[in-house]
Amino acid sequence: MTPIRSASIEVAVVASALVASFAVAGLVLAVIGADPIEAFRILVYGAFGYPEAIGYTLYYATSYMFAGLAVWVALKAGIFNIGGEGQAYLGGLGAALVCLFFDGLPPILLLPLAMMSAALFGAGWAAIPGWLQARRQTHVVVTTIMFNFIAGALMTYLLNNWLLAPGGGSPETRPFAPQATMPALHDILALVGINIAHSPANLSLLVALIAVACTWTFMFRTVWGYETRVVGANPHAARYAGIDPGAVIVRTMLISGALVGLVAVNEVMGVHKRLILDFPAGAGFVGIAVALMAGESAIGLVLASLLFAALAQGSLDLVIDMPMINREIVRLIQGVLILFCGALPSLFRKPVLRLLAPRREIAAPAGAS
Amino acid sequence: METATQILLLIAAAIRLATPLLLAALAGIYAERSGVIDLSLEGKMLAGAFAGAALASVSGNVWVGALAAMATGILLSLLHGFATVTHRGNQVVAGMAINIAMAGLIPTVAQAIFALGGQTPQLGPAQRFLGLVLPFADGDGLVAQTYARLLSGHNALTWLAFLAVPATGWLLYRTGWGLRLRAVGENPYAVDTAGLPVARLRYQALVVNGALAGLAGAYLSMAANAGFSRDMTAGKGYLAIAALIFGRWAPVPTMLACLLFAFADAVQAQLQTVRILPSQFVGALPYILTVLVLALVGKGGGMPKALGIPYIKERGV
Repeated sequence: MTPIRSASIEVAVVASALVASFAVAGLVLAVIGADPIEAFRILVYGAFGYPEAIGYTLYYATSYMFAGLAVWVALKAGIFNIGGEGQAYLGGLGAALVCLFFDGLPPILLLPLAMMSAALFGAGWAAIPGWLQARRQTHVVVTTIMFNFIAGALMTYLLNNWLLAPGGGSPETRPFAPQATMPALHDILALVGINIAHSPANLSLLVALIAVACTWTFMFRTVWGYETRVVGANPHAARYAGIDPGAVIVRTMLISGALVGLVAVNEVMGVHKRLILDFPAGAGFVGIAVALMAGESAIGLVLASLLFAALAQGSLDLVIDMPMINREIVRLIQGVLILFCGALPSLFRKPVLRLLAPRREIAAPAGAS
Repeated sequence: METATQILLLIAAAIRLATPLLLAALAGIYAERSGVIDLSLEGKMLAGAFAGAALASVSGNVWVGALAAMATGILLSLLHGFATVTHRGNQVVAGMAINIAMAGLIPTVAQAIFALGGQTPQLGPAQRFLGLVLPFADGDGLVAQTYARLLSGHNALTWLAFLAVPATGWLLYRTGWGLRLRAVGENPYAVDTAGLPVARLRYQALVVNGALAGLAGAYLSMAANAGFSRDMTAGKGYLAIAALIFGRWAPVPTMLACLLFAFADAVQAQLQTVRILPSQFVGALPYILTVLVLALVGKGGGMPKALGIPYIKERGV
């Protein structure tokens, strides 16, 4: 099968899974008495219909790209890192510490330092479950979930007792100095004379796109990336080839945690401009759906991030216009997409193959594909 | 006597807190002993908690609620089975998908039906599992107090959960069905060669799993609380998985693991009142304990050998 043909089959499989997921959500809406077509129209308008909306969608997409990359990298090594939520939260601590205590530095030093700190804290929080999986065979899904809860408690404690703004009532840090924040896209573009609508979209978007490119290069063009994929495909074969699967798992979890730690660069340094409670707001879980939809494609990952960003942004309008709908409906679509793309691809692959492939290819033995 | 009463109260609280964990962990034992990793306990509990409270509230009958919780759990189990047994999909991913989908579906449906911000109405006494006071539970002295505090006052679901432990042991180790179920989790190829239906056995295990997981949820909304509220499972489905790993996939050790986690939770609740440690740290104790316990036991023995591996029937060429 040619690469173009197999790529088009992958696209068709994901597209049909997407349509099916929306159909499920639409069915739920119809059952609870909301008009699904109207809801879809409001959703699309809310996400792309006006300039601010597009900016907000890009802002959400930035976080989801980092979170999706983190899950994607780990999946390639055969590990399911669902602790992105807690790792991003810790990344926020890393970013905030630098932004609060080193804000005397010039931005050209301060911003990269804060980013590195966010990545480092995220990586550190991911390293423990990674090490436990590699050396003690503890189930990484269970430990990363536990680490999400522990991260939540730790951050609530730190924000309430150590990082609380002096005289502040709510558990959050003082606002960062202006030079310790990521510049907004509308401010950057205004410098070169382009005026766009004000939105939370910021320079982190560029960082996210660079991260996507770097991650793909790492995975498919470097020895470490190759080792990661071998371990993911077959740990026993990896061991025969002289690769230590445990070391690869720890390394991959470090990379995964670092990537999702960068969510904080977008949220904490770019938008809130201070450390607040629960700022990841479910981005870590959205990353699972993004990664499973992406498959082998970097463009797929960016598009999947945009899709969930559009859902996140569009659902805000939806809740206002249709009060009987709950914003959580978006999580239903995420869950159903994860089911269809991650666990039930054969459900869609068979009909797609029947439609797209000529007869003789279907008749070929299963191992040949 | 004062200290003794305190300890008795703590143990009684641990028994109550252990009940949903135990029901869910036993549910997990059935699925995993048949070779299917079940990470969807959390989602099944959440759906069961809502379905139970909703139907109990609408019908006014506690048993209708319990049946609805079981049916909801079974429905989700069948979905899990459709993805992982029939279509041989990734069991871990399918489980997480169910959890995330339920975290979205349940608040949506709750809001649509009751319009109470994702909650069900407060349940009255006839719609809940209330504590059953046993006869003669009013004496003084240590023995009488122990009897009154530890045995008396528990509700029907707590009794069911702890009675389900020997029942599960008997089913798994003393019946032909249990033997076949364990065999299908260890070596489905041998089971298939013996002419037994691998897929049907795994579906049977999943049906029992769904019923128990739904009841675990019903305990939260219909016994421990008077109604469903958002995020009420709070990771208990995952704690149950940790408990069954710690318990080596065997009923009695799993029960002890559930009691340990529940005891940590009960101590945590007590420590919150005396405030010698930061409340957040104390609140995270059960989760920290879970990680420590898992790190301590590691993979160890007892894990069904075919766990997580979809069964693909060999075909003659």
